[in-house]
Amino acid sequence: MQERLMTLQGEAVEKIEKAGSLKELQDIRVEYLGKKGPITEVLKGMGKLPAEERPKMGQLANDVRDAITQKVETKQEKLEREALDAKLSSETIDVTLPGRPVRKGNAHPLTAVVEEIEDLFIGMGFSVAEGPEVETDYYNFEALNLPKNHPARDMQDSFFITEDILLRTQTSPVQARTMEKHEGRGPVKIISPGKVYRRDTDDATHSHQFMQIEGLYVDKNVRMSDLKGTLTLFAQKLFGAEREIRLRPSFFPFTEPSVEVDVSCFKCNGKGCSICKRTGWIEILGAGMVHPNVLEMAGFDSKEYTGFAFGMGPERIAMLKYGIDDIRHFYANDVRFLEQFKRA
Amino acid sequence: MLVSYNWLKEYVDLEGVTPDELADRITKSGIEVEGVESLNKGISGVVVGHVEACEQHPNADKLNVCKVNIGEDEPVQIICGAPNVAAGQKVAVAKVGAVLPGDFKIKKAKLRGEASHGMICSLEELGVDAKMVPKEFADGIYVLQEDAEVGSDALAALNLDDHILELGLTPNRADCLNMVGVAYEVSAVLEKQLNLPKPTLSETTESASDFISVNIDDLEDNPYYGAKVIRNIQVGPSPEWMQNRLIAAGIRPINNVVDITNYVLLEYGQPLHAFDYDRFGSKEILVRRAKDGEEIVTLDDEKRKLEAHHLVITNGSEPVAVAGVMGGADSEVSDTTTTVLLEAAYFNPSLVRQASKDLGLRSESSTRFEKGIDRNRVYEAANRAAQLLEELAGGEVLEGMVEEGPRYVDHYNVTVSGTRANKVLGTSIQTEDIHKIFKRLDFAYEVEEDVFNVEVPTRRPDITLEEDLIEEIGRIYGYDRIPTTLPEGSTTPGELNPAQKKRRLVRRYLQDSGLYQAITYSLTTEEKANRYHGLATEDQPAYVGVSMPMSEERAVLRRTILPQLLEVVQYNQNRQINDVAIFEVGSTYMTEESKLKNLPNEHQKLAGAFTGLWHSHPWQQEKKPVDFYVVKGVLDGLFEKLGLNDRIVYQQAKREGFHPGRTAILLLDGKQIGIVGQLHPADQKEWDIKETYLFELELDELFSADVPPVVYNALPRYPSISRDIALILDQDVQAGEVQAGIQAAGGDLLKQVSIFDLYEGEHMDEGKKSVAYSLTYYNPEKTLTDEDVEKVHHKVIDYVKDQFNATMRG
Repeated sequence: MQERLMTLQGEAVEKIEKAGSLKELQDIRVEYLGKKGPITEVLKGMGKLPAEERPKMGQLANDVRDAITQKVETKQEKLEREALDAKLSSETIDVTLPGRPVRKGNAHPLTAVVEEIEDLFIGMGFSVAEGPEVETDYYNFEALNLPKNHPARDMQDSFFITEDILLRTQTSPVQARTMEKHEGRGPVKIISPGKVYRRDTDDATHSHQFMQIEGLYVDKNVRMSDLKGTLTLFAQKLFGAEREIRLRPSFFPFTEPSVEVDVSCFKCNGKGCSICKRTGWIEILGAGMVHPNVLEMAGFDSKEYTGFAFGMGPERIAMLKYGIDDIRHFYANDVRFLEQFKRA
Repeated sequence: MLVSYNWLKEYVDLEGVTPDELADRITKSGIEVEGVESLNKGISGVVVGHVEACEQHPNADKLNVCKVNIGEDEPVQIICGAPNVAAGQKVAVAKVGAVLPGDFKIKKAKLRGEASHGMICSLEELGVDAKMVPKEFADGIYVLQEDAEVGSDALAALNLDDHILELGLTPNRADCLNMVGVAYEVSAVLEKQLNLPKPTLSETTESASDFISVNIDDLEDNPYYGAKVIRNIQVGPSPEWMQNRLIAAGIRPINNVVDITNYVLLEYGQPLHAFDYDRFGSKEILVRRAKDGEEIVTLDDEKRKLEAHHLVITNGSEPVAVAGVMGGADSEVSDTTTTVLLEAAYFNPSLVRQASKDLGLRSESSTRFEKGIDRNRVYEAANRAAQLLEELAGGEVLEGMVEEGPRYVDHYNVTVSGTRANKVLGTSIQTEDIHKIFKRLDFAYEVEEDVFNVEVPTRRPDITLEEDLIEEIGRIYGYDRIPTTLPEGSTTPGELNPAQKKRRLVRRYLQDSGLYQAITYSLTTEEKANRYHGLATEDQPAYVGVSMPMSEERAVLRRTILPQLLEVVQYNQNRQINDVAIFEVGSTYMTEESKLKNLPNEHQKLAGAFTGLWHSHPWQQEKKPVDFYVVKGVLDGLFEKLGLNDRIVYQQAKREGFHPGRTAILLLDGKQIGIVGQLHPADQKEWDIKETYLFELELDELFSADVPPVVYNALPRYPSISRDIALILDQDVQAGEVQAGIQAAGGDLLKQVSIFDLYEGEHMDEGKKSVAYSLTYYNPEKTLTDEDVEKVHHKVIDYVKDQFNATMRG
């Protein structure tokens, strides 16, 4: 009997191993382990054995049954996996075909530059101030120490609407307006971006409409060294940690002293290249200490308060940053231009 | 201002300072040098030659065979084609092996059989601008003056070894519009001794006042007028050194009298005018306002009509010059002039500015008067010119200056304390260093502790306040020596205001939805300003136009952004970019006033334009062209972002420029805040673009709407029940209205209504359509039963049947 069982096991295992499909395997299971199968038969013959052999033989029969069952299961898993593999293999797709596009637009590069600068100064405690683009002569000029007939008005040929109303030529009137609102009490810390207009014929480097972004800090004890420190920080954030700045004396009616601010060239690190015209420096900002007349006109005591102001052109910064060669691109809005600033 | 390095060297010791170094130093301390130009445009091997013989070429009418001594053992033979070449001349000779501008190498040559060993040069051939060449040498070679040394380098004789510094002067530094002023600045910057010219005059015993009198109507208009009379003048060319300096400064030499006035203009910054005394027409100078309509023929032979706000110099009856702007042709100095009446005056800058603007005449003189000349240098400049007329034009200077108005005005003083200067600059400059700085600037001062009482020289009218002196201290001390600090004041929260935050939110949302941000021009044409302002209805506020537009294209401020966006669509479609989805946030401008007295209303608007495909994924056969609902979907999302979606209503509308059946106005709480629709096909054709959809919203209105804060709604705890209904409706019944009706009838239990199907056409009766709605019922308190729902649902169905003449389908 024992022999018979072992033979059955051997036969079954061999068949199981050979089985090529789940169906075949199922048949083998029924054949050996079914109610009418040989093992059941063997077990039925147990009655004929002596009582002392029965448990041993019963144990053996169960072991054989378990061994076969185990074999079947293992084989079944294997076959199932193979079947699945075959099915999945037939489902293979071409992963190089293009994905379903998700629409995406982006900000205009000028907005990207303005927002970057806004955020930088917001981080330093500035808020964003805005004002009208159509301005009075008073705020655009007079409150900024540019009385009528001042020769410096020639620097800015303006679009007048009436004798006293014009398209603002600079964002500085926002400074005058904001200071007035503070009624002589500091601190005033604002950054003011916006569109400005001048009578220039549009070409690669001129535009009758362009943007400016200006900053103003008025408080007790604001020093020119603070201007230098603030702008150094600005230059490093915007153009890289190794940047340095250089102040050159200049003239603006609304600041005294006035300076032009150069940033060490971010392309060549000051060695001299085509971007910086071989000087190692790029002129980026105009700045200075707020002129006492401007403070006084806006209601601040210029003996008590001092302030610094600075201004720059987002077009110029964008042109430098991205290597854009023609200012008119900003206003033509060619989609092939706009879409290049996804990461900006 | 063009500054000759060689000339400047006479006034300031520039030993060891190259032109480039000088430029760098000046730029760093305040005056930007925009360029340094070498007058030597690549010349070598050009020497002074003496033409010993000059004969006509045997085989060529227009050529001469010259024997020229160039300081070598033998004279050389040079063939020269210039009509003015002659024996006895000193000329500039390019020897064999010489190089002229443009890398032009001089070689031995044979011209019609005669050997030529070099070239006699014209100024143009030596790189001088043709416009600067004196007229007598314009068509030929340049003839050097007698004293030129044969064989020496001609560049020195012609001042072509000079360098020109171009100063970019800001309006406050008019003091550097002359060599003396530049010398003061350079001496301060380099800390070098100044060495200025001191005019010395030998005058005759005859008094100028016997020849001329000076009267000024109003000393406000003309605070000082001085006249000198110089007799026995011989008009002729001015000396070479003077011509060279004028050429270097960009002024063409004319004759000694004119050249001397120009030279003193460059040297002292004082505009002068020379009248021909014999043609002046009287012995009286009267400075007065012009009469309206009075005429004068100016030096350029133009007849000019004057107005009462113009200041003129007259001979008592007729105007002979427009003050500070230009002289008259009648009294112009000519070759036959023998007596010169020299004017040196100070005119009110704004009068000169106005006249020069009105007459369209800008000159070296008017520019200087406008920007402010040194009031106390007028007298000295007149003497300097008289001295030069005596020395270089053989003149006899009559005794005295005939003048009206004070010759000099008092200095004024400005006080600065070292403490304050250091406080403003953030420096710790020692008092003794401030002493040094004022000495370098040649400013006189008195000092008490660290308070300096500075006597501001009249050449520096830009200095009127303590801050102006602080700037002087700072720039001479050196801005590179100012430390780098951060403000120490009170801290402030930096943030965007709510509208700014919302604007960024809107921009981000639209970008992330697939639109590109555009920025267009605010100025447009009158015609475009009058179109697509679909928002403004009957009471049309006027547009705002600029008073002197540069072109019709940029004449009027926009009232709507839409035409600009259509231009962008057109621009792109002209370049085969057919799919465009863009938006712009920007200002528009309107006024209620017919004549603008107050600032116009500036409204921030948000506009968008869509055309072509909204979505395209070709290999999976997906293609979605832009339509009304694409745009509406984008807007719906936007309103949701702003928390306004429940308060916005789309109302069918007809507006000029828009498709009459595919346009809606948008209402926020019943107030019109925007428009969305298809561009009218007729307009589309006119623009020559493809089907385009537009929207424009009033951002101010959207941003100022009160929005409650976000409050969390508890998640559903009980299951909801859905019921679908398909309604057959009349074509003109709007699905949205029915939806709103269903919502109202469903009450609190009806949590959501959505449209899931629309059917029109076949199997439908004429004029009917089928719209299917899905209704979701929910009770937050308990699990709904079918009975609960049925009760409400029947009410809903009865309501829509009754209210919208609807029938249930299927």
